[in-house]
Amino acid sequence: MRPFTYERAPDALSAVKAVAENPGAKFLAGGTNLLDLMKLDIERPTHLVDVGRLPFAGVEEVNGGLRIGGAMVNSKLAAHPRVRELYPVLVRALVSGASGQLRNKATTAGNLLQRTRCAYFYDTTKPCNKRQPGSGCSALEGVHGAHDAIFGASKACIATHPSDMAVALTALGASVETLTPTGASRTLAVQDLHRLPGDTPQVETDLAPGELITAVLVPPPPEGGQVYRKVRGRASYAHGIASVAVAGGRVAFGAVAHKPWRAAHTEDALSSGASPAEAAEAELSKADRNDHNALKITLVGRLAAAAIEESKTRRVA
Amino acid sequence: MKTTITVNGTARTLDVDSRTTLLDALREHLGLIGSKKGCDHGQCGACTVLVNGARINSCLSLLAMHDGDQVTTIEGLGTAENLHPVQQAFLENDAFQCGYCTPGQICSAVGMLQEAADGWPSQVMEDVAAIVDLSEAEIRERMSGNICRCSAYPQIVAAIRSVAGGAA
Amino acid sequence: MSSVKDWAAPNPITENRGGLIGKGVDRYEGRLKVTGSAPYAYEVEAPSRPAIGYMATASIAKGRITRIDTSAAEASPGVLLVWSHLNAPAQAPRGTRANPRSQRPSNPALASDRIENFGQTVAFVVADTFENARAAANLIEIEYAAEQGVVDFVASFDQADQPPGEEDVHIGDFPAAFAAAPVTVDETYESPVQNHVQMEPCATTAWWDGDKVTVHTSIQMVKGGQHALAETLAIPSDHVHLLTRYIGGGFGGKGQAYDDLILSALAARALGQPVKLAYTRQQMFHGTIHRPAVSMRVRLGAQPDGRLTAFAVEAITHCARNAIFTEHAANFSRNLYAAPNRLTGHRLVKMDLPGAGPMRAPGEAPGMLSLECAMDELAEKLGLDPIELRIRNEPDVDPETGKPFSVRQLVQCMRDGAARFGWERRNPKPGQVRDGRWLVGMGMAAAIRGNFLLPAKAGVRIDADGTITLRQGMTDIGTGTYTILAQITAETMGVPMEQVKVEMGDSNFPPAPGSGGQFGAATAGSAAYEAGMNLRKALTELAVGDPNSPLYGGPAEYVTFENGNIAIENRSETLAALVARAAPEGVYVEGSISPAADARDYSQHTYGAHFAEVGVDTVTGEVRMRKMFGVFAAGRILNAKTARSQITGGMIWGVGTALTESNVVDARYGSFINQDMAGYLVPAHADIVDLDAIFLDEADDKANPMGIKGVGELGICGAGAAVANAIYNATGVRLRDYPMTPEKVLEGMLAVGL
Repeated sequence: MRPFTYERAPDALSAVKAVAENPGAKFLAGGTNLLDLMKLDIERPTHLVDVGRLPFAGVEEVNGGLRIGGAMVNSKLAAHPRVRELYPVLVRALVSGASGQLRNKATTAGNLLQRTRCAYFYDTTKPCNKRQPGSGCSALEGVHGAHDAIFGASKACIATHPSDMAVALTALGASVETLTPTGASRTLAVQDLHRLPGDTPQVETDLAPGELITAVLVPPPPEGGQVYRKVRGRASYAHGIASVAVAGGRVAFGAVAHKPWRAAHTEDALSSGASPAEAAEAELSKADRNDHNALKITLVGRLAAAAIEESKTRRVA
Repeated sequence: MKTTITVNGTARTLDVDSRTTLLDALREHLGLIGSKKGCDHGQCGACTVLVNGARINSCLSLLAMHDGDQVTTIEGLGTAENLHPVQQAFLENDAFQCGYCTPGQICSAVGMLQEAADGWPSQVMEDVAAIVDLSEAEIRERMSGNICRCSAYPQIVAAIRSVAGGAA
Repeated sequence: MSSVKDWAAPNPITENRGGLIGKGVDRYEGRLKVTGSAPYAYEVEAPSRPAIGYMATASIAKGRITRIDTSAAEASPGVLLVWSHLNAPAQAPRGTRANPRSQRPSNPALASDRIENFGQTVAFVVADTFENARAAANLIEIEYAAEQGVVDFVASFDQADQPPGEEDVHIGDFPAAFAAAPVTVDETYESPVQNHVQMEPCATTAWWDGDKVTVHTSIQMVKGGQHALAETLAIPSDHVHLLTRYIGGGFGGKGQAYDDLILSALAARALGQPVKLAYTRQQMFHGTIHRPAVSMRVRLGAQPDGRLTAFAVEAITHCARNAIFTEHAANFSRNLYAAPNRLTGHRLVKMDLPGAGPMRAPGEAPGMLSLECAMDELAEKLGLDPIELRIRNEPDVDPETGKPFSVRQLVQCMRDGAARFGWERRNPKPGQVRDGRWLVGMGMAAAIRGNFLLPAKAGVRIDADGTITLRQGMTDIGTGTYTILAQITAETMGVPMEQVKVEMGDSNFPPAPGSGGQFGAATAGSAAYEAGMNLRKALTELAVGDPNSPLYGGPAEYVTFENGNIAIENRSETLAALVARAAPEGVYVEGSISPAADARDYSQHTYGAHFAEVGVDTVTGEVRMRKMFGVFAAGRILNAKTARSQITGGMIWGVGTALTESNVVDARYGSFINQDMAGYLVPAHADIVDLDAIFLDEADDKANPMGIKGVGELGICGAGAAVANAIYNATGVRLRDYPMTPEKVLEGMLAVGL
């Protein structure tokens, strides 16, 4: 871990300015991902601006939906009575991620902005365009198949976004509210927050330097049952090989792309009366098929079909 | 940099490197060796402590982030002569072998029991809005952030269940 | 030399008048562990605040360092010392054994510019704080000239050779019998590299006093560590005081001296202050040993009634180029099932991977993953229940050597287990039982693990207050050694547990071989027993020769030790009174054990049977445990609690082996691609459901004076195969490539139309 200076931000605008004005600065909230990467010398901030205690840690009712504070920790969000009532898919995604301890630290904003778990990204002795632009992608011909992207990957990067929560938020049509360095705020859909890797996999979101996620806005729950299913070797405390979130007619996939993946073709097929299996296939037929990932594509298709089927039997919020 | 935390009821001010994690502050600067470093990356749970009552991985937290916080470590739960009920249950149920994950398991169990009492959901609940029934399956799921390579899992669940049952 | 006949007579342990043998007493050191006050190697109090070491490691698998620049690290804040091969202190060349009695040779660190495996230590920093040491280590620049190594196991079978000094075992005419057998199985099973993942990474705290060094280190073998450090530093072994009081797991992976021990001692000498050094979790995966991958071909030929006529088990495995270690994955099969025509053997590939070495039940653990599945496959072909098939091949004598078994309750284990588990619920036809989205199945496997006794000593003293202290250069890696030694000593001396202290993990104490090979309890325990018997003798002489003792005049042969008293019928006094009066400075004696000359006339093993029930997600191929039960026969059980924990812990290792554990080699780089606990998945709480085990009543009077055997490794033997067989029973998918991850199970399900 390189030396850095630390400050606790007195308010949001000073935090945003502090990071925007210093190219070496980063926001720190829960720290569960950033410190992990700093210890490995993957993240090398020279200044940390602690936003963990800014007053963005609550849940408010907004137009039949909820506004969730960016600094709210994952466990408290999952335990919030209105969240449990309205968004079981979000609760289930939250509590299927990480561990009780990590969920007590990790924040809403930090969860969205966590970086990939690609083993080659984590191994600093291996080429990785995300870690060291231009060095190459070790995962392309690697031995990491089950964790590789099947949608929207590039020759530069086949890493996936590891968040569970973001998949549920994508299915729910949530958006993030940010504070920009000018002091203005803007909103953008969670599904538009992250970028596909293209030639610049090191650029992971459309946030400007210093732009801070202050809240997540979740619209009223869509009609229909909500389901979150995650596949992994260990029964708990493990990153998913794949996941599927269903909220009414909206569907998103996790651990399949550089971003939480909204399955728009599946949604279209469902709205035209397709069966769950047909609807799943509508999206999976568009996957980037290669020598390594046929099985994962099949897995996601089966999982999506089963999750859609299950959503028909689930409580409607 | 200077940070003041209250550890096991006593205020402690440390002036240390900003890179110091809460775990290393406890182990290296406060002599509280009970919190263990098993992976230093939030992947094992051996470093679990309670901060303002909530269990966290102290390895993935900077000391500086905890200025003003109340920290409870294994040393603050009980002593060899006066064990905390969870410590006593671990002893009686042989819920440990090498002992290295044990302080983290015990701190985690204490935090977990409070979370369950507060009605927090878990992924094994059929309906995440339902009331928590702290079954063995619930205990297993909620304790999964604490790896025990000796694999005392059946005994740990029995120990926690004995305490949870007694409290109910 | 003793004979097993000497061990058959009743003794204080087998009579168990105090009732301490077998009792599930709480762990001796338990209060320290549940309060976090047991200091592990990195946490001991040193004479002054230790400086902190941090290692930098190689990023290639094979080659040499062409340039190393440590200047930035040297200039980094708080740095006290930076070493590479260019300036590391002189050490004895690897493999030096200047003292022929040293149990381990030298193992120098930073010895040359050669890189022999990925993750090899290439530089070492000591700084005032951990933060400064780690940051400085990251500033070291290294360039390499890489060479192509042998790193792809499966692609290197053509380089496999007979392990040195070994020959295949041929009995009868296997090829002819196999060719003639009406029912055959011929399958190859693969198990991957596995890692111990002890919760405590290897660590040492070291300091010097003149020309003598004190090291607190996390190691399973006290003498081995002491000798390895002495040989490496070229100093007399009695100049090394090695202590290892609490060890956060070993499982075979802490049987040798690693760089933490060597470098912390060297740096503490160079700096004149205490130094401590721990491996990071990531460094543990490449910097210490692993269990090698095993490819195992099993050929079984049987008559229609199930009797085996042809039996071949052949293993290919690997070890590091610079070392000899053979995972003897076929050995166990030589003692398990009867068959007149047999072939067993091993082949070894020398690879440029980190060192392979022992991990919990070396040999059996990966070996039984194959044979016990092959037996399941054969049972299905024959239309026999898998238990019945095994019973029909139960040998009367050791199938390879013809020696009698000391005791063998394998069939009883299987029968008891079947009844308690509810084996009759199993539908022998696979893929039939559904529970919602799950397919449910059951599997079983046999367990066998050899039993060993090694030479050991122990010292025991009684003080004037009656306290009895056992001292032994033994270790407790979580196995319960402290506790069982206290029980043995208390029972031998006829005193309550509270009167006994156990001190271990110190190279100044009478030597014991340490923890490994599940020989610890029998070996260290027998020495403790012998020491106790010698103390009884000494105290008897003291009492009958002391005119002030009620026992004065004897007869010595009627002396008993019970309830803290020494007595002859109605004449008695407390041990404390006797010692306080007659030997106020205390009495100290030693005892020793060594294998009986005729112990090898018996085939001696521990046995068990595993039963597993799994659910397989029909959508995803995820396997989840539903129930697991084991029945074991392992001699007299010393402590019902700690023995059960040992055996269930082993079973859970079997679950990890079957379902998740694998270090995957990326052959382009010669490194494991998963090198942390998020990538290498050991079982978590949620993976283990309804798992328990029992022991059958047993005493093996050919094993040692107490009739006990080891339990530390038996639990893993066969456990993974029971899970694999349950997956087959659930789905009809027969996987032969461990671990059985969702991807592999799903692929298999697709192939059978699920």
